[in-house]
Amino acid sequence: MTLDAKIPSGPIEQKWDNHRFEMKLVSPANKRKFSVIVVGTGLAGASAAASLAELGYNVEVFCYNDSPRRAHSIAAQGGINAAKNYPNDGDSIRRLFYDTVKGGDYRAREANVYRLAQVSSAIIDQCVAQGVPFAREYGGYLDNRSFGGAQVSRTFYARGQTGQQLLLGAYSAMMRQVGLGMVRFHSRTEMLDIVVVDGACRGVVTRDLVTGKIESWAADAVILATGGYSNVFFLSTNAIACNVTAIYRAYKKGAFFANPCFTQIHPTCIPLSGTHQSKLTLMSESLRNDGRIWVPKAKGDKRPPNEIPEDERDYYLERMYPSYGNLAPRDISSRAAKRVCDEGRGVGPTGYGVYLDFAESIRRLGRAVIEERYGNLFEMYERITGENPYEVPMRIYPAAHYTMGGLWVDYNLMSTVPGLHVLGEANFSDHGANRLGASALMQGLADGYFIIPYTLSHYFATAKPAKVTTDHAEFRRAESEAHERIRKLLALKGKRTVADIHRELGSVMWEYCGMGRNEQGLKKALEIIPTLREEFWNNAIVVGSGDELNPALERAGRVADFLEFAELMCLDALHRNESCGGHFREEYQTEDGEAKRNDEEYAYVAAWEYAGEGKSPILHREPLEFETVKLQTRSYK
Amino acid sequence: MRLTLHIWRQKNAREKGRMVTYELDGVSEDMSFLEMLDMLNEKLMRNGEEPVAFDHDCREGICGACSLAVNGIPHGHEPLTTICQLHMRKFRDGDAIYIEPWRARAFPVIKDLVTDRSALDRIIAAGGYISVHTGGVPDANAILIGKEEAERAMDFAACIGCGACVAACKNSSAMLFVAAKIAQFAYLPQGQPERKRRALAMVAKMDEEGFGACSNLYECEAVCPKGISVSAIALMNRDFIRAKLTEVPQKTTAGGG
Repeated sequence: MTLDAKIPSGPIEQKWDNHRFEMKLVSPANKRKFSVIVVGTGLAGASAAASLAELGYNVEVFCYNDSPRRAHSIAAQGGINAAKNYPNDGDSIRRLFYDTVKGGDYRAREANVYRLAQVSSAIIDQCVAQGVPFAREYGGYLDNRSFGGAQVSRTFYARGQTGQQLLLGAYSAMMRQVGLGMVRFHSRTEMLDIVVVDGACRGVVTRDLVTGKIESWAADAVILATGGYSNVFFLSTNAIACNVTAIYRAYKKGAFFANPCFTQIHPTCIPLSGTHQSKLTLMSESLRNDGRIWVPKAKGDKRPPNEIPEDERDYYLERMYPSYGNLAPRDISSRAAKRVCDEGRGVGPTGYGVYLDFAESIRRLGRAVIEERYGNLFEMYERITGENPYEVPMRIYPAAHYTMGGLWVDYNLMSTVPGLHVLGEANFSDHGANRLGASALMQGLADGYFIIPYTLSHYFATAKPAKVTTDHAEFRRAESEAHERIRKLLALKGKRTVADIHRELGSVMWEYCGMGRNEQGLKKALEIIPTLREEFWNNAIVVGSGDELNPALERAGRVADFLEFAELMCLDALHRNESCGGHFREEYQTEDGEAKRNDEEYAYVAAWEYAGEGKSPILHREPLEFETVKLQTRSYK
Repeated sequence: MRLTLHIWRQKNAREKGRMVTYELDGVSEDMSFLEMLDMLNEKLMRNGEEPVAFDHDCREGICGACSLAVNGIPHGHEPLTTICQLHMRKFRDGDAIYIEPWRARAFPVIKDLVTDRSALDRIIAAGGYISVHTGGVPDANAILIGKEEAERAMDFAACIGCGACVAACKNSSAMLFVAAKIAQFAYLPQGQPERKRRALAMVAKMDEEGFGACSNLYECEAVCPKGISVSAIALMNRDFIRAKLTEVPQKTTAGGG
């Protein structure tokens, strides 16, 4: 099979416009004859569900939380990018496009990124119309701030709760359609599998998390908007339930998985405090606008920060990357933190932390200004650590945060399984090997509001899916597989809890497939993971039954998938003999420790095809062509 | 730390629940309250017992999933803090802690500490939105909103939909939740066209779902992890009365042409 990204022809500025004209439409009266399933209710899923229902399609929505508003998009703090150029500081569609391609270390598809930049402006308009209370200036105009990897201020924000406000906007739009009867909504329902009939995705099998009922749902198309898989590291900034199951199940049913090793480690998280820890908490990147990052110059300097004189501090980002300073992109900032800590200059009880210091900004701007900008983040920090960041510098350390990899999709956001569309973090499309801050919200909403409504209509109009009901044998088969799997999980009566095995998997992944990777380590991980999987299936404990609310069973199913998926991630990391963005292979670095890309051999998307139980997945390559942005070494110095 | 935990256990919505006591040793003060419960659950599972079910997800105080009444107070004793953000350093060694689900007629218990709060979603579906479809909206800067108004709207928009306000109220009133949404839109120009309809529809749905009335005790504000002010309720009442007095029966007419 050759991968066809279906990139429209013509100059990059006109591709999306031309494509929108060339795509087939479904007439208003015919739209109600089509149905679509949306799995996941974060920014991408909720915005897609709302927009498709507004058009007149029948939409069936599923989420595993008790309410769609709990989806993890809600936790995004900092902001959302758009090429509005309101501050008149030189921004444009082209610059946002350029920054994103460069930020992604030239491993994203140009045409997709350009389209993202093109629709970014409409997203802000849409959200404002919905009543999202973005920050304003006194004159009533929208305020902007800057984020990592950009030299313009293009980030719109709502205090430190931008994700929450955008999600509530999309959620409200979707709930309006629920009220109008256009969206049928199922909470506490987890997708366990997709169903493929005659080569096209025609539905899903779900489990009602309260009653345990396994059920089939048929539709003319399926959309997965199920987020990322950072929880493969056990500790990440993701919500506890975030998992790879939906997209991994789709992978096993024929959807290719693209660039699984491209994961983002966010530089500003609260450091680990002990083994009891269930998750890591992010401190918004926006803090880097006013906070200065430093460590002591001397190794093992244990003095309290305020006793370390100015000339004995190393503001290493400002020193190493003078033009971007503390706003260097995430991958670069994270690695720099790891490097200074590995040198023995880390701070805090574990030595894995660096200071994020606001003293100078407080002196310059006054405490009130800092409080207005970051008050809620400072409070959150104090609640978790018991330290007051107005008085002592914050301690931060990188943590797994976002996954650029995901299911492979073409320009229409359709996977290699016809009818199966993938939106938001769950797909691989726009961020290459590293995502810039405030771009995840932009991409989720772009996919849901402004791309899928067009491309899905085109799919319906051209594929003309035949009617299929849940009586079809493929649904029966998927259901019985789901039953069998639950039975197997419930039979696990070993000695180790699922969380304990998950924690071990996470530490293996963090050690060998985290911020720095090398051949030896990855090979080692590939030896350990199968033994952990064996340990899981022989020695895990899963209590309770399958016909009731059973969080232990839910978690076991998700961890079982992580235990398989982790191997794919390591394989991908091992095969990519270069460093790019968040994928840092220690063998491939420049003299001063920067990522060394290999464009001759690796300027492609690695899309993995499932080959069956116990067989190595098959690698397919989608070559990346850079017609608009010139391939060059990414420098932020 | 060593703790004595008294926890509400209830197998499902049909069976009766009861308080069960557990002793837990070795709790670190750096743990969050939910990590302490994780620790208990790990211990229970190792003994082949069923873990305590509780809702949680983001564990950073924003998703609104966590919903425990600790020592009788929704989200525990620390003001402006969800239970997932409450850390064990706020307790003392040897403490006895009582953990119960949200108690409200409109929030039936599903299992242990998990309740069904979908009534809140249905209230939003009844009118907690601005009727705008995707596309065809003006430029974001064409709608001017003063900084103060935007900030006020944001104060109310900060609601996380956890339902602590309902759980704290002796009448199980959802007024703070409903009013927060109404107030957010009332402070914004985009919210004006549907202002009356919204108040009528959301209040009607709130009543239909079995939430009680307000007795002005402000318990809701006291437990709200986001500090939503009860002034929202006054605003909602005003909007509701105004809408009720000026209500015009809706007529739908088929399109011309």
